[in-house]
Amino acid sequence: MSMPAQSADHAPMPAPFSDYEIAAAYDEMFLASGRPRPHYRNLYTQLLNLPPEELHRSKNESDLAFFNQGITFTVYGRAEATEQIFPHDLLPRIVTNSEWATIERGLTQRITALNLFLADVYHEGRILKDGVIPGEIIYTCKHFRRQMHGVKVPRDVYISVAGTDLVRLPDGRFVVLEDNLRVPSGVSYMLTSRKVMKQIFPALFRKCGVRPIEQYSQALFSTLRSLAPEGRSTIVLLTPGIYNSAYFEHAFLARQMGIELVEGRDLVVHDNAVYMRTTSGLQRVDVIYRRVDDDFVDPLAFRADSSLGVAGLFNAYRAGNIVLANALGTGVADDKAIYSYVPEIIRYYLGEDPIVDNVETFLMTDRAQREHVCGNLEKYVVKAVGESGGYGMLIGPHSSREQRSEFRDKILADPRNYIAQPTLMLSTAPCFVDGQVEPRHVDLRPYVLFGEKVTIVPGGLTRVALRKGSLVVNSSQGGGSKDTWVLQN
Amino acid sequence: MLSRVADSLYWMSRYFERADHCARVLEANYNLMLNPSKLSAEERWHRIMASLGIAATASGIDPQMAMIKLTSDPDEESSIVSCIAESRENAGQVREQISSEMWECLNCLYHQVTQADGRLDTDSDPLRLVAAVREGAYQFQGVTAGTMNHGEGWHFIQLGKYMERSCSLPVLLDAYFSAAGKADYLDWVGLLASCAAFESYCKVYTADLKPDSMAEFLLLNPEFPYSVRYAVERMCAAIAAISETSFTKVAERIERVAGRLRASLAYVPIADIMKGGLHRYLDSVIEQCNDLHAAVHVVYIDY
Repeated sequence: MSMPAQSADHAPMPAPFSDYEIAAAYDEMFLASGRPRPHYRNLYTQLLNLPPEELHRSKNESDLAFFNQGITFTVYGRAEATEQIFPHDLLPRIVTNSEWATIERGLTQRITALNLFLADVYHEGRILKDGVIPGEIIYTCKHFRRQMHGVKVPRDVYISVAGTDLVRLPDGRFVVLEDNLRVPSGVSYMLTSRKVMKQIFPALFRKCGVRPIEQYSQALFSTLRSLAPEGRSTIVLLTPGIYNSAYFEHAFLARQMGIELVEGRDLVVHDNAVYMRTTSGLQRVDVIYRRVDDDFVDPLAFRADSSLGVAGLFNAYRAGNIVLANALGTGVADDKAIYSYVPEIIRYYLGEDPIVDNVETFLMTDRAQREHVCGNLEKYVVKAVGESGGYGMLIGPHSSREQRSEFRDKILADPRNYIAQPTLMLSTAPCFVDGQVEPRHVDLRPYVLFGEKVTIVPGGLTRVALRKGSLVVNSSQGGGSKDTWVLQN
Repeated sequence: MLSRVADSLYWMSRYFERADHCARVLEANYNLMLNPSKLSAEERWHRIMASLGIAATASGIDPQMAMIKLTSDPDEESSIVSCIAESRENAGQVREQISSEMWECLNCLYHQVTQADGRLDTDSDPLRLVAAVREGAYQFQGVTAGTMNHGEGWHFIQLGKYMERSCSLPVLLDAYFSAAGKADYLDWVGLLASCAAFESYCKVYTADLKPDSMAEFLLLNPEFPYSVRYAVERMCAAIAAISETSFTKVAERIERVAGRLRASLAYVPIADIMKGGLHRYLDSVIEQCNDLHAAVHVVYIDY
């Protein structure tokens, strides 16, 4: 949202910050006085002293590095030029170690509770019997998998990999906007963008003391191995194939972990065991890190028109002969309506208060809340509960009268499918735009791994809405990324 | 190794070799076409097409346009740019198997050749592009040898490369020797240059370009990388290595076809080949290569 610059309560800023407006949002770099926050001082000084040509040169270098390495994503629906580089902003987003400590504790607590919740929902359903969550909201969830009822999952770990979207409110608090518990992506951008940044700002790295994230692939591998049966540990990564928008990432992770990258057509099921087709004949597979949605993993159990999956996989899974990570049916825990119950879920299973809060959420199934939201749509963001990637969303303050009336009809026709949240003023961080440094809205997606223990590498993907004033950070909607630096102290 | 992966590595390598071969042939001939000759420009261009195994189109070819088409037209499936694109497409399917340096090298080359898309106009533009592909090919081979494990995947890459070479060299030889009577000294230079063989040939036979010697050199020389025999030897070595690393017995069929081809190139003297008809011999080499390709496919890829 573009807000007019506040009355000049701070001195004009020097180049390259002369166009920098500090508005109502929390700014990651600057205090309201226009002075840089202490943990940004090194970057600030560096930028003041860097000639503009140098910044341009660095920007070109980083773009070229991304292009030549083919770090691209696919934009659907265009025949030519479908591969685009992921827009990458030159300036790092910096988080202090103490802020990070809170995030880390909060996300550990959250994933622990959500795993207990899934184990409960797919077995006894205590939380439903105790009336903490209405059963109806579970059973009407598009991503609830009836077939998973009573299926034993190794270590009771349903979610092994989560990508939780955090945003920072004007008061400086981080809150959870969304849990991505199915097949979260983006971690390869986090890793490659760090590599590029090290080439471009070596001096700044030396000065700042940035905590490393390069161990992510190893941590992911350990997490997957911890789920494997005793003595057997052939792990593969299942990708939908090269036309998937995240294929680059699948290949990247498989290579980093040294495991086979397989497609559905490489796998066969015999006698309820899964094998891959190799040049030495069929070879048994024990763990599948699957980057294919539930719906598509097995045409016999789920969508029959899927050609991405493996026929018979689900039976092998039920028989306990193959481990899938994430487990099937985790989508029930990141449904946006169930999201509003996560604080209750944490209290119910852990007896603790949430360390990182939720965003206030209105359920459209509740009559009073629905009427309130429908009467004030211009103030709210309305989201479809099972969508991600910024699709199926209405941003009230930026919407037209027609769009609002269209969404009002949609909500009334299917209240279970929508939730509303107040329009959040996402925090802003400095970005290098057209030769100037300007604020743009950002979020933060750390990656949480859950196997033998919870591992969160310090950092994550900072997504940035590169269009001025925009609040939408998704790559499919004109968003880009930034490196995220968690400082050592 | 996954069968699909082996297949992609094989084709990545074959297409790359095809682009490289095409670039070399075009570069060698385009230079020579600047000299006057007994043959008309059109006849010479037809020979270039034939030496690349492309069916000659209707008469009235404008050599310069044809050159542009064969280098940078993405709709022409034999063009250099199409081959590089196919190679990259296959590499993209197995990016976690090849080193990132290999991908970066291939990706850079791809962007370099596609950038030119349709905007080649001056005489030197296609030549520059062709030179870039040749340079890129040396770099890619070097990067591949230097950064990738020399395991099963690498052997499939070698197999693809030398299979392509074993198939394309006989076609090239056939195009020249079927019209040997009309050819002058510079045409033969063109043949040797198409295989980067001029200097190597001279070291063995001196600058005296005799058709029989050239046929012997390009078919049977055991040491020159662009001879058919050398390519077939490397191909057989790759097949043996694959059977060792994948713990499969070499299927009888592969062994028989490969062994026979190899033996004929190693033991039949050039005089006998010429007596029996070079064209027939070259055809049988291509046929045996096709057999070998099919046998490998059945054993390792699509069983």
